[in-house]
Amino acid sequence: MSQVAQGKGRIGFIAGFLFLPLALYLTFVIWPYIQTFGYSFTNWSGQSPTFDFVGLDNYAALMKDEVFRGALWHNLLLLVFVPTVTILLALFFAFMVNVGGRSGAGGVRGVRGSSVYKIVYFFPQVLSLAILAVLFGAVYRSDEGGLLNGFLTKLGLVDPAHPVEWLNQPNLVVWCLLLVVVWHGVGFYLVLFSAAMQSVPKDIYEAALLDGAGRAQTFLKVTLPLLWDSVQTSAVYLGIAAMDMFVLVSTMTSGQFGGGPDHHSEVMATVLMRNFLYFGKSGYACAMGVVMLVLTMILSIVTLRATRRERIEF
Amino acid sequence: MGSTGEGIGRRDLIKRSVALGLISVPTMSFLSACASGGEDTSTKGPDKGAVTKENPFGVAKGGKLDVVVFKGGFGDDYAKAWEAAFDKKWGTTSSHLGTQEIAAKLQARFNGGNPPDVIDDSGAQQIKVDVLAKGGQLAELTQVLDAPSLDDPAKKVRDMLLPGTVEQGTQGGKFVALYYVYTVFGLWYSGKLFKEKGWAEPKTWDEFLDICTKAKAAGIGGLAHQGKFPYYINVVIMDLIAKKGGLEAMKAIDNLEPNAFEGNPAALAAVEAVYEVVEKDLLMAGTNGLTHTESQTAWNQYKAAFIPSGSWLENEQLKQTPEDFDMKFLPVPTLADSKLPFEAIRAGAGEPFIVPEKAANKAGGLEFLRSMLSREWSTIFAQQANSLTVVKDGVDPNVKLRPGTASAVTAVKAAGSNTFSYLYPDWYSEMDTEIQNASNELMAKRIQPKEWIKRAQAAVDKAAKDPNAKNNHRS
Repeated sequence: MSQVAQGKGRIGFIAGFLFLPLALYLTFVIWPYIQTFGYSFTNWSGQSPTFDFVGLDNYAALMKDEVFRGALWHNLLLLVFVPTVTILLALFFAFMVNVGGRSGAGGVRGVRGSSVYKIVYFFPQVLSLAILAVLFGAVYRSDEGGLLNGFLTKLGLVDPAHPVEWLNQPNLVVWCLLLVVVWHGVGFYLVLFSAAMQSVPKDIYEAALLDGAGRAQTFLKVTLPLLWDSVQTSAVYLGIAAMDMFVLVSTMTSGQFGGGPDHHSEVMATVLMRNFLYFGKSGYACAMGVVMLVLTMILSIVTLRATRRERIEF
Repeated sequence: MGSTGEGIGRRDLIKRSVALGLISVPTMSFLSACASGGEDTSTKGPDKGAVTKENPFGVAKGGKLDVVVFKGGFGDDYAKAWEAAFDKKWGTTSSHLGTQEIAAKLQARFNGGNPPDVIDDSGAQQIKVDVLAKGGQLAELTQVLDAPSLDDPAKKVRDMLLPGTVEQGTQGGKFVALYYVYTVFGLWYSGKLFKEKGWAEPKTWDEFLDICTKAKAAGIGGLAHQGKFPYYINVVIMDLIAKKGGLEAMKAIDNLEPNAFEGNPAALAAVEAVYEVVEKDLLMAGTNGLTHTESQTAWNQYKAAFIPSGSWLENEQLKQTPEDFDMKFLPVPTLADSKLPFEAIRAGAGEPFIVPEKAANKAGGLEFLRSMLSREWSTIFAQQANSLTVVKDGVDPNVKLRPGTASAVTAVKAAGSNTFSYLYPDWYSEMDTEIQNASNELMAKRIQPKEWIKRAQAAVDKAAKDPNAKNNHRS
């Protein structure tokens, strides 16, 4: 076979493999997006095939919808805190597990028992969100049977007749949920950062050690810059997770698709689902979907741009 | 990867084909599922039997009967017992399927023209009855209503039903669904606990508060409620309103009148009454944040005197209820000067049973429904599923029922025609949700009764602007 024929055969071969996935992607991912966009200009109820075109009415109503604005605010809060807290904790633990130990001359290693920690930290990641919701449901349970309440009652910090109703407290509920997400995520990002740290040549650390760098200095001047790519990616992922939050909020908090008490834990996805499936306002819900899509895209772009730095090769 | 000029590496090729496989396998099954519709398999029914007075639909002896039931809170043992009885009488062979996935299991069969003969179309994944009715998939059940009753051939089946059954199952002027399970709503308590403590069944709200106070003094919570689902406490609030203000007050809410809550003294009195429980600290500790199973189980452990719920409660809590608990139903106690008596209860029917128009053994399906409306089968249901049916006096008095169901039977008899039922939760889910949120705030002591009234009225006013409001009206 000549070079050319081989090349042609190869292109056909590649095209064959690319066409079908692309077609599937267009049909099942892109087309629904376009449909959603179309429906967002209608008063479709979701239960009948008839609807009217209402122009920008849904978007105008969305601007005035206090519940949705509240949800957006909660998403933004989570957007700030979920990535920051998770990444900081994960970085700290990863550093301690891989580099933080100090023993002997020139040895670069984790604190004692680090291999065990790595496995233990990863446990939460293995659990599905559904199990997580049940687990933390038991932790936050609002009577004495709850882990937190039981513990605090034993310590005498909480009156057993008036236990803390964690998820039923307007100013606690978002933070309770934040804790769950962080607890769940830290392990995974610890492993991710560990892998990145392990690919950093040991000589760099040894050099830093010889120059007399302390733990904090090693971390800030050596580890973090070399890990920047991983941190950046993590931030985007966690940011997207913070924009979603649907499973946890809808299963753990009160209300149809969660969001309670009285909308204090509402996120955009829960408001969307309630309008879509329960209130029969599907066109309105599609408008929310479009807003969510736009926000998530802006978020990804901004994060990637804002955190862009010079790449360090090693 | 692949950038060294060798084209696609072997590893990438494998990766890609795996990815493609992962996508295409479910897609293919999806496509093939779609393709199954349309064709008419023209299933020929069994030979028809002779139509007689005993056999009004002409069921053929020795045919087949295909039954699908929703296996939810009532289980499906009752249906198996029914099928056995049916097979014995008609010599049929029944096939039984108990499932939660009604839509997934049956949509293709409806499209393919070979649906089962009888379906309990219930649960979260039911196929909407109105959708089936509009598509001409449902057999009209009026013929069952007009057939002679099995208990008393001189009477028609329709004379054996509790009021409201026919209206509820009517779609577009045709009776197409038999809503079979009769549900009553109210408060529940433990007969054993009350006997031990020497408490009498409270008939007025003051007596009710008195028992709650005594319970609290004895280290037990007064009222428990399913805080995570304010639906349940709304039963108490709304029933108090209906009883105090009469059916007019209830209809004003369903009809979204501008004074449904605001300016309605009955509504304010009802909310203040419930708030008194909160203010006097008579709630079970932590109940505001519990799910229905958590709070009901705590109640089963004697941690609270009362809990609100529908009559599915006994079956739902079967495993958690102590043997000697002696569950008892209590109509919501009345406020002073109430227009409805203490015995009045909120009641309605659930679990729609349908017979498909294209069922292979349609006669068998209709006969099955007629049998369901006999006292014998109704008793089987009450025993196996611990709930009531829409059959009047449908439970054989000689049969021993579980205590909760037995007390509900007594309550239904005592109520007579004094029953009521709100429609707004089905008509206006958004308004229902907003009132539930307000109730949650009320129970957590974060808002006062006046604020609750204001929020509830705002929800009503908002619903009045809903385009659906034009279609819904009750008189």
